[in-house]
Amino acid sequence: MAETVIKIENLYKEYRLGVIGHGTLYRDLQSWWALARGKEDPNSLIGHENRIEKNENILALNNINLEIKKGEIWGIIGANGAGKSTLLKILSRVTTPTSGLIKIKGRIASLLEVGTGFHTELTGRENIYLNGAINGMDRNEVTKKLDEIIQFSGIDKFIDTPVKRYSSGMYVRLGFAVAAHLDPDILIVDEVLAVGDIKFQKKAIGKMQEISSTGGRTVLFVSHKMSTIQSLCDRAILIDNGTIKTIGPAKDVVNEYMNLGKIESGERKLDNHSKTNKPKGLIPGKEPIKVYLIRVLNEQEEVCTKFNVRDNIIVEIRYKIPAGNSNPNILFYFNNDRQQLVFVSFNNEMYKNGTAGIYNSRCLVPKDMLNDGQYFVSLIIHENQSVHIRENDLVSFTVMDDMNINGSRGEWVPGKKWPDATVRPKLIWENKKE
Amino acid sequence: MKNKYSISDLTKKWDLIIKPNQGWVGFNIKELLKYRDLVFLFVKRDFVIFYKQTILGPLWYIIQPLVNTIIFNIIFGKIAKLSTDGTPPFLFYMSGTVVWAYFASCINGTSNIFVKNAGVFGKVYFPRITVPISIVITSIFQFIIQFTIFLGFYLYFIRNGADITPSYLVLTLPLLVLYMAVLGVGFGALISSLTAKYRDLTFGMTFFVQIWMYLTPIIYPLSQVPEKYRIIYMLNPMVLVIESFRTAFLGIGSVSIQMIMISVSLTIIILIFGLLMFNKTEKSFIDTV
Repeated sequence: MAETVIKIENLYKEYRLGVIGHGTLYRDLQSWWALARGKEDPNSLIGHENRIEKNENILALNNINLEIKKGEIWGIIGANGAGKSTLLKILSRVTTPTSGLIKIKGRIASLLEVGTGFHTELTGRENIYLNGAINGMDRNEVTKKLDEIIQFSGIDKFIDTPVKRYSSGMYVRLGFAVAAHLDPDILIVDEVLAVGDIKFQKKAIGKMQEISSTGGRTVLFVSHKMSTIQSLCDRAILIDNGTIKTIGPAKDVVNEYMNLGKIESGERKLDNHSKTNKPKGLIPGKEPIKVYLIRVLNEQEEVCTKFNVRDNIIVEIRYKIPAGNSNPNILFYFNNDRQQLVFVSFNNEMYKNGTAGIYNSRCLVPKDMLNDGQYFVSLIIHENQSVHIRENDLVSFTVMDDMNINGSRGEWVPGKKWPDATVRPKLIWENKKE
Repeated sequence: MKNKYSISDLTKKWDLIIKPNQGWVGFNIKELLKYRDLVFLFVKRDFVIFYKQTILGPLWYIIQPLVNTIIFNIIFGKIAKLSTDGTPPFLFYMSGTVVWAYFASCINGTSNIFVKNAGVFGKVYFPRITVPISIVITSIFQFIIQFTIFLGFYLYFIRNGADITPSYLVLTLPLLVLYMAVLGVGFGALISSLTAKYRDLTFGMTFFVQIWMYLTPIIYPLSQVPEKYRIIYMLNPMVLVIESFRTAFLGIGSVSIQMIMISVSLTIIILIFGLLMFNKTEKSFIDTV
C-alpha cells in the first residue's frame, strides 16, 4: 500500500463576517473612546444592537478529514464558495487553519496562480529565477533546469526580453513552465489551466499526468472543468458548504456533482413560460405555441422514472398550436448525466402537417439502445426564426441494467464495468464460419 | 479526539505539520537560511528595477544627499546659524544625511510590506521576513554609494587643511550599519504589521520619519541638547549611530557606555517585538486583506 503523504485531521477554518477592524486607526480609536464613556459605538452597523451579532462567524471549512496517498491525482470540486480555495490556501500555507492539523510528507509546492511574483521589468530568464526562488527552489536547482524550463515554455526567442513585452499567453506559459519543473513531491494546482490556448492546456495536463505517473508524485487539482477532472484525476472530493460531501473515484464524484439539485421527475406540467426562457423572435401579437405537459411513460402508460435497458421508453407532450401557427419544429434533446448530448429527435409529422389545434405527441425510445445511467430530456419548439419554447432538463429518468443475458451486454462478465459509451444498442452480429 | 490517532501516526515522520496559528512564537531561522537565494533575488530585483525605471539610475543616490546637504547648509548653517561644534558644516550635515538616509530607506521600504505584497502573499508561501531583510540589504548599496561620496568630500576637506582627524572608531562603521539594519528590520516589521491593519498609517510614515530625523542630532550637534533632557533624548536609538559616526570621522560627538547599553538593548527589544508582531500578522493578514 502506498504511503500517506497528506493527512488532514479535523480541519476547521472560521472567518468572521461583518466588521473586522475599521481599517483606519482613527475609527478604532473613536469606537474605543465612545465605548469607554459608555456611549454607543458610532461605527457599529445600524440596527445591530447586539455586538455579538455583528461578529457573526462562518465556517469555511467544517471538520475536513482526508488522507491522500503517494502518487495519486486528486480532484477537488464544489460550487463557488464551497471552501475549495480555502482548503488549498491552508495546504499552501498562505493562511492558517482555525483548528485541526495537516501533516505533510515531502516537499509541497502550490500553484494558486501562474507567474506569482513575476516582475514586468525583469526579463523572462530573471523571472524564472525569481519565481523559482519564491516557490522554494534554490539557484542551482533553477540553473540545472533552466534549459528545460525555457524549452517547455516555448518562448526561447524572447527569454531575455522584459516580461512586460510578453503577450498574456507567453506570460502564462513561462509561469507554468517554472511551476512544472519545481519537482515537488506534492503539487497543488488551482484552476490555472483555464488560461492559455488549447494546445498549451493539453501540454500542461500532460505534464501533470507525467509528474504523477513517472515520479510517483501527488497532485491536488481544483477545477470547474469536469471533463478535465474526469480524465486527469484518480480520485476526487466534493466539497459542499465547508464539508466533504463525497470522496471516491473521480468519475463518480463528478457525476454526483453534476446532478446535484437535479431531482428526478417523470412528469412536468408547464403553466407558464419560465422567466429565463421567454419566446424569442415572435411576431408581435402572435400567440406562441403552448405546452401543457411533458412526461415519461412505460409500456403500461404509467409515468415512470426507472427503466430497465430492455424497456421501451415513451416521451409524451401535450401542446396547443394556436391559430396562425403551423408546421412547428418540435425537438427532444436527450442528455446524459455526463453532460453529453446522446441524441436529438425531431417530430417530422408535425413539421409536414401541423395545423392549429391541441395535440398529444409521443416519441418512442426503443429498448436495448441506451446505456445505463441518468437521462434528461429538453424540449425545443421553434418555427422559422422564432423560438416558442426552449426548456432544459424538463424530465429525467434512469436506465438500469439488470445484467440479463438477453440485453445488449449478452454474457459479458457480470460485475465487470461496461465501458462508458454514450449508447448501448443491441446490435445484430452475424458470424459465419468459413 | 486525541486518542483517535493511532501509534503509527505518532511515530511516522512528517516533513511539515500545518497547525493553527498559536500565539506569537514560531520564527524559523533554518527555513530562512533555506530561502537565502530568494533574499538575494529580491535584492537583485529591486536594484535592477530601480536602475531600469529611472532615467538617472543610481545617480539619484548621489544627487539626493548632496541636495539635502546643501539645503541644510544654507538653512541651518547660514541662516539659522546652528553650531556644528567647529567642524566644517558641509561635512557635518553630510555625515548626518548619509547615515540617516540609510535608516530612512530601511523604514520607508519595510513599513508597507504587507499591503504592497498582498497579491504575492495571498498566492504562495515563503518566509515573509525575507522581504524586509532584502529591503535592508538593497539599501546597503545605496549607503555604500552615498558613503563613498561622503568619503570623497571628507578627503577633499582634509587635504585642504580642515581641522578634522579620523579616529580608530572608523573601523566600527560596519557595526553601525548592522545596528541600523537591525533597527530598520525591527521597526519596519513593527510598522508593516500596523499598516497591514491601519492603512492610513502609511500616509503618516513620511511625516513620522521626518519628525524622528529632527529628534536625532542630524542638523545640530548633541551638545546643543540641554543637559537635563539628555537621558530622554538618548532613548532615541538613532542618536548612538549619528554620534558614533561623527566621533569616528569628525572627532566630535559623545558616546558613553551608558548610551551604548541603552540603545543596543532598545534596538534588540524593538527587533524582537517587531518580529513577533510580523510573525503574527503574517499568519492572519491574508484573511483580513
